[in-house]
Amino acid sequence: MAEWLSLAEAIAANVRDGDSVAMEGFTHLIPFAAGHEIIRQRRRELSLIRMTPDLIYDQLIGAGCAKKLTFSWGGNPGVGSLHRFRDAVENAWPRPLEIEERSHSDMANAYVAGASNLPFAVLRGYTGSDFALVNDRIRSITCPFTGEVLAATPAVRPDVTVIHAQKADWKGNVLLWGILGVQKEAALAAKRVIVTVEERVERLDASPNACILPQWVVSAVCVVPRGATPSYAHGYYERDNAFYRAWDRISRDRETFNAWVEKHILTTEDFAEYLRVLGVSHAQAVCQ
Amino acid sequence: MSVDYTPDEMMTVSAARMLRNGAVCFVGIGLPSTAANLARLTHAPDVVLVYESGPIGAKPPVLPLSIGDGNLAETADTVVSTPEIFRYWLQGGRIDVGFLGAAQLDRFANINTTVVGSYQKPKVRLPGAGGAPEISSSAKEVLIVVKQSKKTLVEKLDFVTSVGFLTGGDSREKAGLAGRGPVAVITDLCILRPNEVTRELKVASIHSGVDREMIVANTGWKIQFEENCGETERPRTEELRVLRELKARTAVVHGVSGEAA
Repeated sequence: MAEWLSLAEAIAANVRDGDSVAMEGFTHLIPFAAGHEIIRQRRRELSLIRMTPDLIYDQLIGAGCAKKLTFSWGGNPGVGSLHRFRDAVENAWPRPLEIEERSHSDMANAYVAGASNLPFAVLRGYTGSDFALVNDRIRSITCPFTGEVLAATPAVRPDVTVIHAQKADWKGNVLLWGILGVQKEAALAAKRVIVTVEERVERLDASPNACILPQWVVSAVCVVPRGATPSYAHGYYERDNAFYRAWDRISRDRETFNAWVEKHILTTEDFAEYLRVLGVSHAQAVCQ
Repeated sequence: MSVDYTPDEMMTVSAARMLRNGAVCFVGIGLPSTAANLARLTHAPDVVLVYESGPIGAKPPVLPLSIGDGNLAETADTVVSTPEIFRYWLQGGRIDVGFLGAAQLDRFANINTTVVGSYQKPKVRLPGAGGAPEISSSAKEVLIVVKQSKKTLVEKLDFVTSVGFLTGGDSREKAGLAGRGPVAVITDLCILRPNEVTRELKVASIHSGVDREMIVANTGWKIQFEENCGETERPRTEELRVLRELKARTAVVHGVSGEAA
């Protein structure tokens, strides 16, 4: 049953130290505001799960929230490396990061398995690759009907899934559209679900086949305008490509990163204040 | 009239030409996306571009900066979920051509996009697999576009992320992979194709202005040349015009040319 909460309340109630946490959104609708709030509340020992870690997990990893990362593509899209992710893997800074590396197809199938209450996913994948050498959870299974050997990988069953969507109605039914990624599967695979939305509306007015998460599968829903920036929300705002490029410089150096997190996340009250501070930072950058 | 062009433009144009009109193409971001969209805007208007984020039949007016840009969704015939893309459309056998990039490539067109150095203590941690392992195995055929140097075309991969012809010969068929594997590797120096029997990549065509010594000096294994190895056709005026206009439009929208990843 969805409960309307502030984002701070939703994170405090649903994300605990040591939890496995999936925050999904395939380039689109990435729940940045929720990621910031997890950093702000100084959660630790999290096992983070996400197909494309993106800047959101670069921030969480650099801020020391994660002990493990399960992922399938860890870059800054259109720009290059995720420097905090790389520093954690290459130099164990700010702490060692255990990684469980998989492919996109595997992760997508593993979320489907989790949502379907199955223990593992089956796919044609990984044949001839070195993945099984470094991840002993990538195994194989023989089809009982044809004898074909297929890849078998464990289902993803997060303690908490966090997503961002365009709207929810007053009951907490959630509507999202555009590039949907694995959000529905990630939500249905999880024990608890937090959804941030751009706006609360009287009625969703959605078509019968629209992607809707009924309020009774959602634990908490929060209104956070622009909560997916610097990614985008289809129909609301564009991707902030300049921020993705700026992140390359901010994140490259540990001190610069720490100062950025301190100023923009740890000492701001919430995402609205972050946006105000970020606006000031942008203005300063323009003036310099 | 002689037309000036860069080695990168030669590579992109050569890669675009490989894509036949009407083909269903699973597109990686970066160089493959540039080449696939150039093909769509020149000789292959009916090519169907599929992106792993879910758009099928995307017709982006400018190059997407990320694999899930809004203009892919807005211009697609349909947008499906990521599990559906991989399960029904790729694994389901609907993809004619997988178009991939690579950080490292070996003589059998196996790809590494995972690490440079050891996995446990990498010298460089690369982004990882994304969709490539299953694209390279399930697409009916694969095109690879990569800038050529001793760092990219290597004797031995540090990690096999996505497979080409494994150890050569019939090892790919024996492994039971669905697709036929790589049919061409397009670089900024030449076009390589796998030998029909050994499956080792050999130089099939050399770009204008490049000589054999340059190719040998920029390959990590002892590269061989096909007997009938000729010169790649230079970019035509029209191809260059469309490519440059596409990049200029992209730069206006994104502030960059859209090919960094």
